Parts: sequence; structure tokens; C-alpha cells
Amino acid sequence: MDALGRHWKKIALAVIFVISLFVPFFVQNNYFLGVIILGYIWAIATYGLNILLGYTGQLSLGHAGFFGIGAYTVGVLTVGYEFPFWPSLLIAVIASSVLGFLIGIFALRTRNEYFAIFTLGVGFVIYLVIERWEGLTGGALGLIGVPYPEGIGPIQFDGPGSLYYLILGFLILTIYIAWSIANSLVGRSFMAIRNSEELAAATGINVGRAKQLAFAISTGVAGLAGGLYATYIGFLGPAIVNVPTTFEILLYLLVGGMGSLSGPLVGAFLVTTLFQFLQQFEAYRLVILGPLVVIIIIFFPKGLAGLWHAAETRIRKRMNKNPAPDESSESAKEEAR
Amino acid sequence: MELFLQQLINGIALGSVYSLAALGLTLVFGVLRIPNLAHGALYMIGAYVTYFALTSYGIPYIVAIGISAAVLALIGVIVERLVFHPLRNAPHTHHLIAAVGVLFFLQSGAQVLWGSEFREMPSPFTGVINIFGLNIGQQRLVVIFASILVMAALYWFLKKTVPGQTIEAIEQDRTGASLVGIDANRVSMMTFAISAALAAVAASLVAPINLVFPTMGEALNLKVFAIIILGGLGSIPGAIVGGFALALAEVFSSTYVSNAFSEAIGFLFLLVVLAVRPTGLFSKGA
Repeated sequence: MDALGRHWKKIALAVIFVISLFVPFFVQNNYFLGVIILGYIWAIATYGLNILLGYTGQLSLGHAGFFGIGAYTVGVLTVGYEFPFWPSLLIAVIASSVLGFLIGIFALRTRNEYFAIFTLGVGFVIYLVIERWEGLTGGALGLIGVPYPEGIGPIQFDGPGSLYYLILGFLILTIYIAWSIANSLVGRSFMAIRNSEELAAATGINVGRAKQLAFAISTGVAGLAGGLYATYIGFLGPAIVNVPTTFEILLYLLVGGMGSLSGPLVGAFLVTTLFQFLQQFEAYRLVILGPLVVIIIIFFPKGLAGLWHAAETRIRKRMNKNPAPDESSESAKEEAR
Repeated sequence: MELFLQQLINGIALGSVYSLAALGLTLVFGVLRIPNLAHGALYMIGAYVTYFALTSYGIPYIVAIGISAAVLALIGVIVERLVFHPLRNAPHTHHLIAAVGVLFFLQSGAQVLWGSEFREMPSPFTGVINIFGLNIGQQRLVVIFASILVMAALYWFLKKTVPGQTIEAIEQDRTGASLVGIDANRVSMMTFAISAALAAVAASLVAPINLVFPTMGEALNLKVFAIIILGGLGSIPGAIVGGFALALAEVFSSTYVSNAFSEAIGFLFLLVVLAVRPTGLFSKGA
């Protein structure tokens, strides 16, 4: 029982992974497959925000701007300059993360509310530049005809089925990166900053540099999600870069659970699919969502991951009066917030 | 020169609207440390209330503004009680996120209830006055004078009345204010009421010049934040100076440079100021 209890997470992960591999076989409807792919792309963007907000405790309201820089870098290079997709995607990730790093130099001089509002301003200026620079970005009309990625060896990316695997691969890569960060010294220093900047500085963490690193990783991941979005959708308009997109990503993270590893995936996936099924209520979407955000932040600030964790702890306590030693340290880690 | 003076007056009219809206925002921040991202949405609702009071009930313009201010004051109190009061001890990111939720709700609620079309607000002040060869719309003069009046009333309220002084007391020292028996709850509600009412007045004054539509608060929302950051979060003179400064910068850059640039100038200025002074221009230090 104990062995099963200890390994059930790995087993569950393996089951989910196998299911995700077979999704294109039992989802024959391209529309539903598209919904799932978009869910994955938004999950990647949400992982980016989680590194900054969830782990490091800094709320950036300019996330959509960096998503947009990734998307438009791929769009402009492939459509405007007929660059191949793969180098464009690489440039997109580098560009958004370098820009994030540079903006971080100034943005991270500010703290708390100032940082949130500064990044809100950054996001809005990025949006304005993209919307107004018609010669480069197509302005309000946008960019049409972003190509699918070129094939790698025998693998061709020519439809939703093959793109599904590509984006699943990037999602797994992102989750792996997030997991390694969370379990590394760097990740621990992020969380120390989240819990108390002064304390973190006192223990010898270079707070400024750590925050800057978190910001650059976060914007780089947002750029990756943007680049994948560009190739999958094939069309880019400035609206996707605007502030409401940031708010939606924030909502995904909030529903899933800030600072947890599974939160971004669960939140982004659940909310985007829910949106699709609620499409006939499109107009009421945000009327329901607004109060939902408020209720979550007041009563369940740790999101679904927090609820799940609480339920799990309760069940374990009931099953086993003496929790396994690794369990206590694990819960201490998550309770650290 | 004529163009310059004309635009100067337009800038002052716009600036008084910005200042009124920014005052409400900075008051809530100064007293409650809440960056209320839903402020622009309250502003928008205020314009709609005035619009319907005018068109559906035929209430005179000035009275309609008063009604709108009262309704928004009530909405402000409700928002404070339901949303921000339960979060009073939460980390600052939670306030921002909750405010985003309120913003979503109000903005899309307006869209569902009243549609997304642009509405023109009728105002009795449609004439044009000729002063020294300048043609000035009456509505712009009404905006300027009404704003000055409201600002003066706010100043009098904060400095000369007991309820107003309790707000200032809480702003200066929360613990000290509670020690002398000031009810922080009442002050929180009062602050939100005043803040929302100021937003309603600002929106109702400018709506006959611009238009009424559900996303009318979006651009303003960002601008008022830029203003109060420039002025120092929580600083009342800062909000007024910042409001006029931004409006004049916008009006003149759209006249002499370009429209697109004038939209971005506030934010560019904001980013530059924050990059140099991370706590705003006139902040008293954290």
C-alpha cells in the first residue's frame, strides 16, 4: 500500500503521458484536436508566467507582450523574409528572452505594485508598436500565411495531427524545464525571494540577478509559446498581444494554482476547453469569469493544485497515522508560501 | 499661435478629467494600498448611468451627474465589501488579480447589458463661445469649471471635515489612527465611495465630447495609473499635476508630432520615469 502510495504520482504521470500520445488517434475531429493543441500552447505560456509569479512572486502584467514578440518574430521572419521556421523560432525565443532581460534591468528596479504597473505599461507599448508598425507587422490587418514548420528528416508537419506531437513535445520540454528549475538551487532562490526578499538577500542570494533571470526565463517561455501559436494558427493579429491576453494567462495560472508544477497545465487546459464548450455563451464568458477570479483569489488562492494537495494530505493522514519522512519535507516545501 | 491656445484649452479640459479620475485612484491607493485596476471600469459605468439618466428619464445633465456619482459611490462600497475587504491581509498580487476580476465583470457586464455600440451623450452645453478669437466649446468650459469645483470640494472635505480627516489620518498612520478610535472599516468604504464617485463625475463630464462605450475605460485605466505613478502613488497634488502634464503632453504631441505617438507618450514617459526613479517622481519615500 505504501509503495503504491509513494509511487502513485509517477504512475499517474505515465498514464497521462500515454493517453496524451494517443489523443490524435481517438480525437478524429480536427476541431477538438485544435482545442487541445491551443490548450497546450497556452499552458506553455502559463508556465512562463508561473516561473515569475508562482516561483518568484513578481506579478508581470506584460506577459502577452512577450508572447506577441515571439509570435511576431516568427511571423515577420517567415512571412516577410521567407526565413525557415526553425531558425525563426529559435530567434523568437532568444529575442523575447533577451528583451525580457534588458527590460528587466529597468523593470526590476521597481517593486510590488510598481513592477506590475511598469510591466503593464511595457505590455501596452509593445502592443502599440506592433499595431502601428504596419510596414513590419501588417498593423491592424495582421500577418497572414505563417507556414507550418519544415519537416525534420522523415517527419512532416502538414496538419493538426503532426503539429499535435510537435507542440506536445515542446510542452513536455517546458514542463521539464519548470521542474528542473523548481528543484534546483536557482529555483530555491526564486522561492526564497517570493517568501521574503530581505531574508533572501540576508542569506546571500543576489536578489536582483535572480529576479532578472526569472524574468528572462519567463519571457523566453512566453516567446516560445508565441512562436508555436504563430505557426499553428497561421494568422497573427495585434489583439493577441493586448493586455486582455495577459489577464487570460493570469486566470489560467490562478485556476491551476500559482507556484505548482501541474497548475499551469491543468489551469490552461481546463479553462481553454471550458471556453470552447461555452462558446454559445461567448458574451457571458467574462461576466462569469470575473467573479470566478475574485472567488478563487479570496477563497482558494492556491488554485486547484492547492485544493488537490489539501485533499491528498487529508487522505494520507487518514490512511497512515505516521506520514512517510519524504512526505513531510515535501509538504513543507509547498506550504512555504 | 491660435492653434496653440486652442490646443492648450483642450489640454486643460482633458487634464481636468484625467486629474479627477486619477484622484480617486490615488486616494484608494494611499489609504488602502490597493492598486485598483478596475478604476477604469467604474469610470465607464459612471458614464452609462449618466447617459441613461439623461436619455431614458430625461433628468437634467447636472443632476444626472450627481445621481451617477451617488450610484457609483454605492457600487464602490459594494466592491470594497465583497472583494477588497476579505483580501485586506493578502499579498499585494492578490489585490491586483482581484481587481482584474472586477474589471472583467464590469466591462463585459456592460457589453452584455447595453451592447458594444458607441453612444452619443446629449449635453445641454452645445454652443461655442468666442473669446479673443478662439472658438471654445461650452462643454469644455463646463468640464474645466466642474472639475475645479469638485477638486475644491474634495480638498475641503479632506482638510476641514472630521470624516475627511479620518481618511487622511488612516493614510498617514494606520495603527495610530486606530489607536485614537478611527474605524478603519468605515474609512475604507468611504474612500472607495469617493473614488468611484470621482470616476463617475470625470466620465460624465467628458462623455459628451467623446463617446460612451463598454471599453471606454480601458485606455484611461492605463493612463491614470501612469499619472499616479508619475505623481507618486497616494499623492493628491501629484495626481493633479500628473493629470494635467499627461493631457498637455498628449494634446500637443498629437498636434505637432503624430496621433500614434500621442497615444504612447504617456507610457513612454511613465517607463522612463520609473526606470530613473522606481517609486515615482514626487513620492515621499516608501
